[in-house]
Amino acid sequence: MRIPCPYCGERGNEEFTVLGAADPVRPAGDAPLGAWVDYVHQRENAHGPHRELWHHQGGCRTWLVVERDTRTHAVIAVRAARATEGTP
Amino acid sequence: MGHDMHYSVFSLLRNALAGNRLWTPAWRDPQPKPSYDTLVVGGGGHGLATAYYLAKEHGITDVAVLEKGYVGSGNVGRNTTIIRSNYLLPPNTHFYEKSLQLWEGLEQDINYNAMVSQRGVLNLFHSDAQRDAYARRGNAMRLAGVDAELLDAAAVRGMVPEIDMDNARFPVKGGLLQRRGGTVRHDAVAWGYARAADRRGVDILQHTEVTGIRVEAGRVIGVETTRGFIGAKRVGLAAAGNSGRVAAMAGLRLPIESHVLQAFVSEAIKPVIDTVVTFGAGHFYVSQSDKGGLVFGGDIDGYNSYAQRGSLPAMEDVMESAVALFPGFSRLRYLRQWGGVMDMSMDGSPIIDRTPIDGLFLNCGWCYGGFKATPASGWCFAHTIATGAPHPLNAGFRLDRFATGAVIDEKGAGAQANLH
Ligand SMILES: Cc1cc2nc3c(=O)[nH]c(=O)nc-3n(C[C@H](O)[C@H](O)[C@H](O)COP(=O)(O)OP(=O)(O)OC[C@H]3O[C@@H](n4cnc5c(N)ncnc54)[C@H](O)[C@@H]3O)c2cc1C
Ligand SMILES: [Zn+2]
Repeated sequence: MRIPCPYCGERGNEEFTVLGAADPVRPAGDAPLGAWVDYVHQRENAHGPHRELWHHQGGCRTWLVVERDTRTHAVIAVRAARATEGTP
Repeated sequence: MGHDMHYSVFSLLRNALAGNRLWTPAWRDPQPKPSYDTLVVGGGGHGLATAYYLAKEHGITDVAVLEKGYVGSGNVGRNTTIIRSNYLLPPNTHFYEKSLQLWEGLEQDINYNAMVSQRGVLNLFHSDAQRDAYARRGNAMRLAGVDAELLDAAAVRGMVPEIDMDNARFPVKGGLLQRRGGTVRHDAVAWGYARAADRRGVDILQHTEVTGIRVEAGRVIGVETTRGFIGAKRVGLAAAGNSGRVAAMAGLRLPIESHVLQAFVSEAIKPVIDTVVTFGAGHFYVSQSDKGGLVFGGDIDGYNSYAQRGSLPAMEDVMESAVALFPGFSRLRYLRQWGGVMDMSMDGSPIIDRTPIDGLFLNCGWCYGGFKATPASGWCFAHTIATGAPHPLNAGFRLDRFATGAVIDEKGAGAQANLH
């Protein structure tokens, strides 16, 4: 699997670490318990396009949002995470 | 002779004399009935074992197992065959020990040679801190009545002389040994349970994919399949890596991510390891098959996947660890490699429970360790489906534990599926 980093170009996935799903949004501190349980534990676990957070640890050290097809591992889109709302 | 041929030394002899022409198929290939008392979705080890114990322990024989591919096409035929019950936390220790006890009597019970081999499982440790952690786990096991022995370095050297004990970075200080652990021929487990369930009247429906779950007034009434609608009073889901997709058909979201795990087999060599060894300082474990190939693996690749194949960095990591522990293995060629889709739960432990929908039951979250669980998983899931309530052995494996906080996090890794 190769990931095209917007800053470094296409690199093998051994240069990256993966955190997981990019879409869960951290609830407000006083949100009801159910919202927190959902955020911490429940996952869409998409069969198909899936947006996830990857860290280009062995390169520019940027956090990226990679959209990848979980059926084929084909990378659909990549962008820097800081340009996205709701990421850590 | 029909389909109820009993396997024995006499059936072997008869067939030896008759040129093996008297063997009959191990199970029927029936047409689906319009409805059943109970449907089990997924013809892997867990689904087949569930059907078997529904019939054997609870007298429920109006059962069909629905499998989208063929029996053994999922993880039950892709794993590295290791069984053990060396867990720290009470719900896991008792459940996996029940499973090990069922393995010990399985072949007589189902009249099938599953090559259960209690060759031991040896977890190596490489530092004083790791020794303490392993000693603690061993003590917890012994308190629960499970066998465990703490070996020093000399004892490890005597058991597995090929290990590089004095590796400069990760010297081997000893190991935690469970002698009753070992390996089981994985395909034979699927075939043996399928045959045993069939002999008790269960219909095994291969190439029958479930495409929808029909619910009326909060109660399940059957499933849509590629061979039409099949009605049922009760439906048990045991779809392993595809659990999320199947549960979504009933509107359920799960605390599960699907990840790929790879395994490898080397060319056949003379006997070199007569136990199962796990490296404590990297991602590697190994045993040797009866054909002589080394069967080995490591950790999941780490990213969500339904592709049943992994990528090269994870392979390289496993090979590096292998050669660090067994320098002699650098001369071996590996023959084949494959991947399976793991249902990774958010605390690393499984779920065997009811669901908010009446008559619908859930079995999932097996991570990379569900093969050893096959007998107890089927046994507990059958109990849960038949009685409508969990058995004490699976009472901890609740679906709502992620909301109540009663998670079972063996590794202490937190709610991060790819770290378990
Ligand atoms: C490489 C690898 C190594 C492993 N090593 C070990 C090990 O050494 N020890 C250990 O204990 N565990 C190990 N495991 C884990 C173990 O194999 C699994 O946890 C276990 O097999 C899962 O249960 P199962 O056998 O029922 O799964 P499966 O065999 O995957 O059964 C699930 C079945 O459901 C079917 N299905 C899915 N969706 C549908 C649908 N919509 N309709 C109908 N059918 C459907 C699938 O086709 C599949 O046959 C390993 C796994 C892998 C991949
Ligand atoms: Zn980069």
